[in-house]
Amino acid sequence: MSLDEFPSGPVDTDQLMKGDRVATAMYEDPAIFDAEMDKIFGKCWNWVGHESEVPGKGNFKLSWVGQQPIIISRDRKGELHVLVNRCRHRAASVCEIKKGKTSSFQCPYHGWGYALNGDLRAIPYTEGYSADFDKANYGLKKLRVETFEGMIFATFDWDAEPLEDFLGNAKPWIRLFMKQGGGFPIKALGEHQFKVPMNWKVQLENTTDAYHFPIVHKSFLQSLDGEALDTFSFMEDDDGYVEDLGNGHSVMVMMPELIDLDDDPDAPIPERFAELAETLRKDYDEAQVKRIVRAVGGCGFNLNLFPNAACSLSFFRILRPVSVNETEIRHIALGMEGGPEAANQMRMRLHEHFQGPMGFGSPDDAEVWERVQRGSAGAGELDVMVNRGLGLEKEGENGLPIGDVSAETGMRSAYKMWKKVMDQ
Amino acid sequence: MKDMVATEVTLEEVTAFLWAEADLLDARDYDAWLALWTDDGHYVIPIEKNATDFANTLNIAYDDKAMRKMRVERFQAGFSISSAPPADSVRTVSRIVIDKVEGEVITVRAAQHVIEDKFGRQRAFAANVEWALVVTENGLMIRDKVVRLLNSDGTLTSISYLF
Repeated sequence: MSLDEFPSGPVDTDQLMKGDRVATAMYEDPAIFDAEMDKIFGKCWNWVGHESEVPGKGNFKLSWVGQQPIIISRDRKGELHVLVNRCRHRAASVCEIKKGKTSSFQCPYHGWGYALNGDLRAIPYTEGYSADFDKANYGLKKLRVETFEGMIFATFDWDAEPLEDFLGNAKPWIRLFMKQGGGFPIKALGEHQFKVPMNWKVQLENTTDAYHFPIVHKSFLQSLDGEALDTFSFMEDDDGYVEDLGNGHSVMVMMPELIDLDDDPDAPIPERFAELAETLRKDYDEAQVKRIVRAVGGCGFNLNLFPNAACSLSFFRILRPVSVNETEIRHIALGMEGGPEAANQMRMRLHEHFQGPMGFGSPDDAEVWERVQRGSAGAGELDVMVNRGLGLEKEGENGLPIGDVSAETGMRSAYKMWKKVMDQ
Repeated sequence: MKDMVATEVTLEEVTAFLWAEADLLDARDYDAWLALWTDDGHYVIPIEKNATDFANTLNIAYDDKAMRKMRVERFQAGFSISSAPPADSVRTVSRIVIDKVEGEVITVRAAQHVIEDKFGRQRAFAANVEWALVVTENGLMIRDKVVRLLNSDGTLTSISYLF
């Protein structure tokens, strides 16, 4: 079946999202993609950055909301702004430096100058405009911006519910995730960026997919020693789970003993961190050493935040839809601001081991995601199954389903939200 | 090569060594490639354009001897779907410049173009590559290799072979 055989026109969500399965067109139809850009990325709260990426006054960072280029800036009062990177005159981007520090943004085409909060400050040769031209009407387009635990979210919808209501049941998990600062503030240490010829929802599904891990990541698991390998044995253990958190968010707990890094402070230091612990002992007492070492190993869960972010074990995983069959991924490494150099080095080495274009894990993920896109070009009348674990789920404290660690509960949660938002 | 002295190594000899390395990598003869290395250095693919303190920055690859060995084992074991089979590659190494010679260490840089082919599509990677080569009684060996991809801080694609 070729693309042009898929039905186009208004998106019939009942035909696309059927609870335990989704239509192949969800990966293939450009009309659905366009509707998603409008209804999901154009209206929902989107993860755009971390506060450590714009730490001080005048700092800025380029990012995206869906296909739209944005600037995150911090003004002279320290307030955050998220602005569309498009001059209000004739649409040129006003900034092409990925991150840095500035006092203003100036369009290179005709010199319109904007303040860090997006206000239009100055235009050359104002005499060419009539007296009723009011600069106040021509600031950079602003998004609504709110933060939670250092993560910056933005939305084009000024009537959207407050960010904290949208995050809802995910909030306590975000707080738990941030404990891997080990007592220091969390800081973005750098990032891997790569693109994959796949629909963005293939990525959205994957962060809550433990089922693939022992298959796709066998070569990564083979590179671990016995002790680290035990940590990743969640498919053989029976205590992991996936919980629907509502609003399309979900959490996949792979290592329940690493949900709360403050639990069990007297646990022995794993052998693979013994050398790091010895280095840390020169500057820290034993309780701090244990806390930092535990933080270095990261959390034991993936928190999936609809529609574009995940707090994944020890890093942020951010997706950006480029077109119906192309998606860019950022894997942002996290460390301890002002923390011990040796600990941050180890965090980066662990990140490099799995993540990024040449990690021992990500290339294999990218391969299977591309294979999904290649395969879904065939037999378009068939559905994509997300029914694993159905009929075996329990109800959690939030009144929402909990499946075993390999259940597709999180995907169903995301698709439920997909339908809700697309129907609005 | 037994009585080789670094200051007497010619551009032609360095070029022949780098081309032999490139040939091994395109042929994916990774065991022979590992044998080109001394025990102490790193194979680095930085992200930041001007990075020099690789230990304290996030890299695409930052491999000591043990990581290089593990990386090769991963490619060879046949369990990594992205490298079973990997993309085929054809590379050229050119514009070779010897920057300095200090003791036994020759610092060399060159331009490298790699074209890969998989799934009926081709991708291109251009890089400035730096080597610290060491003159040993067994001839030239690699102590450090830094591959600075032209788009290292941009959006890459997954890579299933070595640069």
